[in-house]
Amino acid sequence: MSSPSELRDVMATEGAAVSENTKGFNRGRYDSVGRLSDYDALKDEARSIKEDAIERLPELIDRLRDTVEANGGTLYIAEDATDANDYVRSVVADQNAERVVKSKSMTSEEIEVNEALAKDGVDVVETDLGEWVLQVADETPSHIVAPAIHKSRDSIAELINERFDPEEPLATASELTAFARDHLGELIEDADVGMTGANFITADTGTMALVTSEGNARKSVAATDTHIAVAGVEKVIPSVEDLQPFVELIGRSGTGQDITSYISLLTPPVGTPSIDFDDDETPLSELDSDRDFHLVLIDNGRMAMRDDDELRETLYCIRCSACSNSCANFQQVGGHAFGGETYSGGIATGWEAGIEGLDTASEFNDLCTGCSRCVDACPVGIDIPWINTVVRDRLNGENEGQFDFLVDGLTPDEEETSPSLQKRFFGNFEAIASVGSALAPLSNWASDTTPARMAMQRVLGIDSRRELPQFRRETLVDWARKRDTAIENPRRRAVLYPDLYTNHVHVERGKAAVRVLESLGVDVVVPPAPSSGRAPLSQGMIATARDHAERVAETLEPHIEDGRDVVVVEPSDIAMFDREYERLLDAEDYDELASNGYEVFEYVYGLLENGAAADDLRHGDGEQLAYHSHCQQRTLDLEPYTLDVLERCDFDVTTSDVECCGMAGSFGYKSDYYEVSMAVGSDLRAQFTEAETRDRTVVASGTSCLEQLDDLLERPTRHPIQLLD
Amino acid sequence: MSATPTDSLVSTLGTLDVPCEQTTPEAFEEALSPHLRGRSVGVELDGIDASLTRTDVEVDPTPAALKAATTGVTPASFAIGDYGSVVVPESPAGSDLVSLFVDRHVAIVNERDVVPDMEAAFDRFGEAFRERTQSGIIATGPSATADMGELVRGAHGPSEVHVLVVEAADE
Ligand code: SF4
Repeated sequence: MSSPSELRDVMATEGAAVSENTKGFNRGRYDSVGRLSDYDALKDEARSIKEDAIERLPELIDRLRDTVEANGGTLYIAEDATDANDYVRSVVADQNAERVVKSKSMTSEEIEVNEALAKDGVDVVETDLGEWVLQVADETPSHIVAPAIHKSRDSIAELINERFDPEEPLATASELTAFARDHLGELIEDADVGMTGANFITADTGTMALVTSEGNARKSVAATDTHIAVAGVEKVIPSVEDLQPFVELIGRSGTGQDITSYISLLTPPVGTPSIDFDDDETPLSELDSDRDFHLVLIDNGRMAMRDDDELRETLYCIRCSACSNSCANFQQVGGHAFGGETYSGGIATGWEAGIEGLDTASEFNDLCTGCSRCVDACPVGIDIPWINTVVRDRLNGENEGQFDFLVDGLTPDEEETSPSLQKRFFGNFEAIASVGSALAPLSNWASDTTPARMAMQRVLGIDSRRELPQFRRETLVDWARKRDTAIENPRRRAVLYPDLYTNHVHVERGKAAVRVLESLGVDVVVPPAPSSGRAPLSQGMIATARDHAERVAETLEPHIEDGRDVVVVEPSDIAMFDREYERLLDAEDYDELASNGYEVFEYVYGLLENGAAADDLRHGDGEQLAYHSHCQQRTLDLEPYTLDVLERCDFDVTTSDVECCGMAGSFGYKSDYYEVSMAVGSDLRAQFTEAETRDRTVVASGTSCLEQLDDLLERPTRHPIQLLD
Repeated sequence: MSATPTDSLVSTLGTLDVPCEQTTPEAFEEALSPHLRGRSVGVELDGIDASLTRTDVEVDPTPAALKAATTGVTPASFAIGDYGSVVVPESPAGSDLVSLFVDRHVAIVNERDVVPDMEAAFDRFGEAFRERTQSGIIATGPSATADMGELVRGAHGPSEVHVLVVEAADE
C-alpha cells in the first residue's frame, strides 16, 4: 500500500495534471452521454452482449478460430504472459524483424512484451504519442486510456528537448505533436512488424475493432507485412452487429468524445497494399498485399475469473476509464497510486486480483471508498464497489489478527477471518457507538484527550487531526420512546429507521425528521433496530454485513407487514437497502425492504405529490442554501427530491457538483488517507466558499459529508430536513 | 418534414469543423477543385456517381507520389449522419493509405449511401463483412491527440477532412 508520504508525493508531482485531465474527461462524459436519447438502453444492450459472450466464451473462441483461419490468419491462445511472449518472439524471429511498431494496448503492457522483445535485440517502438512519451521517459501509464495523463505539456517539452535536442526547442502541443509524428513516421515506414491490441473481436467474421484517434494503429498495420494483435480472451463477442452499442458508448464514457476519430474495423490479414515509400514506379493498385496475421488471445487468469462468481463481472469491462475519471480519489492521486502492475482505477482491483493475485490488489484497493459514483458511469453496469468489497473481504482472510484480543469484547463480528484491527474497529462501530452513548458525555471527553487520540492513531490508525463523532446520551430511540404523540387519521404510517449515526450522534436530524413527517400527517414509530451493516461492509467484512442485513430485515419486516413504510435519513443506508442488500439477503426479504424503503426527502416528496400540504412545513422565505448531495444518494437518483422539496418550501438552493466529499465513511478518518481525503474535500470547499456561495447556509444529507464539511468550512452545517422542522 | 440523413450529416460535420458540400455528378469536377490543396492524389471513385478523370487529382499514385502529396481523395462506402462519420473501405486500390498518409483527406460519398445512425451502419457492416471478408474504417473528423498536454488536430493522420456528398444522377 502507498504510504501517506508516497501519496503526498504523488499528489504533489502528478496531482495537478491528473486532476485537470480526469475532471475534464468526466465533465465531457456527462455532456456526451447526455446527447444520447437511448443511453440507458445502449448500456443494457452492451451489458447483455458481454454477459452472453462471457457465458459462451469457449464456444465463441472455437468459432473465432475457424473464421481467423479461413481468413488466412493464425489464432494462438496463450495461457500466461510467458507463453504469449514466447509466441510473439517466435513470430518476430521468423520474420527476421528488426523493428516492431506498436499501437496502444494495455494487454501488451500486462504481459510486458516490449521487455521480452528487447531481450532478443528487437527495437520496439510505441507509436501512440502518450505511450511514446512514457517510453522516452521510462515511466508507466497512469491511466488506462490516456497513459501520460500525469505529465504536463511543459514536462513533456522538457523531456523531448533534452532527449532529441531539436534545432529549435519545442514548446507548444502542436510543435511537440508535429515533431513526434515525423520522428515516429520514419520509424513506422521502416518497420517489419506492426503490433496492435483489439478492443473487440467478432467471432462471426474475425473482425477486430480498434478505437483510436491518432491514426498510428492504422499506419502500423498498413506499413508492415506482419500484423500481430494481442488481446485478452474476454474481448471476443458474437457478431459484427454487436459492436454497435460499444462503439457508441466507449468514447463518450471515457474521454467524453461522442466517437473517436477512427474506429478501425479490421478483418486481418488486411488487403491494403504493402507499401515502400521509395517506390516511384508502381501504382498502388499494382502492389501486392501479402500480410501475415497472428491473433494472440491471452488467458493469464481470465478463465479462472470466469469461473469466479464474484470476479466474473470484471471481464465485461471494456476499459473505457469512466470509473477512473469519475472517482474523486483517482482524480487526486492518479493511476500510479490507485493502480496495480498494469491497470488502474476502481476496476483495477478486479483485474489485478484475477491476473496478478490478491497481493497486488491489496496495494491500492483501500482507495476505493465504495462511494458508487462509478456505477452509473460504467457503460456495462459493473458493480465496481462490490468487486472491491469482495477483494477486501478475501484479503481480510489473509491477515493475521495480532491485536484481536484488544477489540474482541467490543467487536462482536461474524468474521471467520481476521481483518486488521483498524478494519474491525470501524466495522464494529455499532458496538462502539452503543457504549459511547451509554457513557456519554464521559466517553466523548475520554476519547478527546491527547493521550487517547495518540493511542487511537497508533493502534487504530485514526488520524488525530479529525474530530471524533460526539455520542449523545439520549439516543433517537430513547427520545421517541418517551414521546406521546398521536396522529388522528394518519395519511400514511411509517417506521423511521434509526440508522447508527442518526440514533447515536446526529440525533437532532432524526427528531426533525419525525416531526416533519408528523406535521404532514404520518404516524411515525422509531423502534430499536440493528445498524445496516454499511460499516462492516466498507471494511470488506461481508459475513458481518450479511448478519446485520438479516437482522435489519427481521426487525423491520413486522412493521412493513403492518402496513408501514420505511423511511431512512442516512443516504448510505438507503443505498444499502436498495443496492447491497440484493447481494446479502434472499430475494424476498430484499424486495420487501427495497420496495418499501424511502429516503426521507423522497418520502416527503411523495407525500406532497399525493395531497399533503407544503404549507405545513417550515418555509425558507428565500433563504439561500448551498447543498451537497451524498454520493450514493446521487447514484440512486435521489438528489432531485431534496431539491424539489426545498424549492417548494421557498428555499433558494445551489448545489455542489463534486463526485464525493472525500470523507466516505471511515476513509477520511484513517491516517493513511487523511491527506487524500482533504484534497478531495478541497474542491467542495472551493465551491462553497466562492463569492456566490460564501454566505449560503450549508446543508448536506450524508453523515460523512456533514463531518467533512465541518472540517472544511468555518460555518455550521445541517441536514436539510432540519430546515423544514 | 424530418431531417434526412444528409441534413444531419451536414449539421454534425459543421459542429466538427469539417467542411462539407453537396454537389451533383455534373458539377462534381468544379465542386471538388476548391477542396484540393497542394499536390493531390486519389483513388478512382468506384461505386460513386462521379469520377476523378477530369480533375487535377493524380489517380492511382505511386507510393513516392503519395508521400509527396498534401491532399488525398477517396471514395467512402457510406457515411453515418448523426456522427458525421465516413467509412473508408479497405481496397486493393489503396483507399486506406490515400486517406491516411496525407494532411488533407477529401472523402466522396453518394447521397443515397448516407445512413442515419450507428445501428443502420452496423446492419450494413454485418451483412457486408459476412458476405465477403473485408475491412473498413469509421473516420470522424481529422486525426487528433491530447497526449501532448492539450488537444491537437492532426496527429499521425490528416489534420483536415473535407466531405463531398454527390446527389443521385438524373435518370
Ligand atoms: S469497469 Fe466499467 S467504467 Fe471502468 S473501465 Fe471498465 S467498462 Fe469502463
